[in-house]
Amino acid sequence: MNLKELYQEIILDHGKNPRNLRKIDNHNKDAKGHNPLCGDSVHVYLKLNENKKIEDISFEGGGCAISMASASIMTDLIKDKEEFEVKEIVNDFLEMIKEKDDLKNNILSDDEKTKLMCFSGVKQYPMRVKCATLSWHTLTSAINNSQEIVNTEKN
Amino acid sequence: MNISDIKKQFPIFNNKIKNNDLVYLDSANSAQKPQGVINRVYDFYTKEFSNVGRSVHYLAVTATNLYENTRSSVQKYINAKDRNEIVFTKGATEAMNLIANTFGQKYLNEGDEVLITELEHHSNYVPWHFLRKSKKINIEFAEVNEDGEVTLDSIKKKITNKTKIIGITHLSNVTGAILPIKEIIGLAHSKGIPVLIDGCQSAPHLKLDMQDLDCDFYAISGHKMYGPTGVGILYAKKKWLEDLPPYQGGGGMIKEVKKQAISYADLPNKYEAGTMATAQVIAFNESIKFLEKIGIENIQNYEKELINYTVDTLKKNNSVKLIANPKNRGGVISFTMEGVHPHDIATILDEDGVAIRAGHHCCQILHEKLGIPATARVSIGIYNTKEDIDQLNSSINKCNKIFDLK
Repeated sequence: MNLKELYQEIILDHGKNPRNLRKIDNHNKDAKGHNPLCGDSVHVYLKLNENKKIEDISFEGGGCAISMASASIMTDLIKDKEEFEVKEIVNDFLEMIKEKDDLKNNILSDDEKTKLMCFSGVKQYPMRVKCATLSWHTLTSAINNSQEIVNTEKN
Repeated sequence: MNISDIKKQFPIFNNKIKNNDLVYLDSANSAQKPQGVINRVYDFYTKEFSNVGRSVHYLAVTATNLYENTRSSVQKYINAKDRNEIVFTKGATEAMNLIANTFGQKYLNEGDEVLITELEHHSNYVPWHFLRKSKKINIEFAEVNEDGEVTLDSIKKKITNKTKIIGITHLSNVTGAILPIKEIIGLAHSKGIPVLIDGCQSAPHLKLDMQDLDCDFYAISGHKMYGPTGVGILYAKKKWLEDLPPYQGGGGMIKEVKKQAISYADLPNKYEAGTMATAQVIAFNESIKFLEKIGIENIQNYEKELINYTVDTLKKNNSVKLIANPKNRGGVISFTMEGVHPHDIATILDEDGVAIRAGHHCCQILHEKLGIPATARVSIGIYNTKEDIDQLNSSINKCNKIFDLK
């Protein structure tokens, strides 16, 4: 039962065929993330326009189905959002995956929220929460232009 | 030797894990504890507790005797020449740090080389890295071959006239390769180079004979030998322990303390500053007794058969790719699966009560060389059976089903 909640079809699909898995050549922001416990790594690229809107977002990296799917779905949902909206979505996702039952933001559509809620099963696997959150922390780091590599052991 | 009787001594197996029997295949990480070891910790705290080596009252004398009894048992178990060659530490990590620190202080200078291997656990690399920073020494890595072994030849290639010490694992915690350490020690000694052996994975499974090996330093982890956490053993030849400076300063390691000068205690107290993990050291004696009662030859024979069965089973499974093929293999078998990341494998196996480890196993240098960030690792202990391996195999097949690969 639990395994089915964790490995839902959408996660397996995105894990196997991640979307936006490439480098944006003319990106203007990027950041690297690393999970030292398991060796998972991610590099998030952003193209932010003058109105602080995400024109394009992509990632490179390797990891388990959870981490790849999380990065893939994240990049899908974040595209075309404004910077302040992104921050709200990131916080909402991080709270949901750690403790809350639902997503609270009014930015994402119900369909989009359903996609993200696929990760709610990760809560039952505390050792795997970091897999799901690595790309999201790295996105925050990219937006903040932080030069420091995201390290899941510091979060 | 009856494995089901042996397994009954481990109370952890009475518990259900997610409604399944526990199939524990993570003993290279840490082994489970027999009832005798668990009871010994309880009994010591309940009936005999006191600090060791300081007071003169009855309990202090009892505790000191019990503590020193473990030292004698370890000496006998690893056939060390002198009981003062056994130093208790908080773990094998501390034992290796102790040598890197004290040997480095006295004998390593700018430009000197420390030779380790690409197989080493971080605990036999990072302590030397500190010296790379503080003393500008160089660290050389003997290469691992495609079977996951480090040969005598690859060590020979890296020895130069600047090599001051060699640090090698006895049994790789990723590839399972048992290294020809006796030959390597012989080669090193012919060039006047001392050798530190990381014995974490070998000590619970192989016959150890310090006098026969003639190594200078040998680090052992207590909790991997079915003993408590917080206990490690540093074996070091007496001449080294007398020669090297102390590691930590504090109570118990001094002879005389004056405002202008301090003299240090005799061996082995010189290296055991502060209150040690007393209960754990005393309970560790029960681990030695447990292993002695079964007999190391019996353990080696039984585990050899189980290792071969595991390798054969996994080789027959087409979705599994073993990452090494050492000719002389201990009970560590690492693998990957096409299309399923090691972390996902470990989570899916866990649902069936099968405990394995996934990740880089504290060997990032090796994984970089292998070109894979992570592997799934199966490691066996004396309580494992062929049924455990069959369950492992069927749970591995479940990964394929979930990821829809078959």
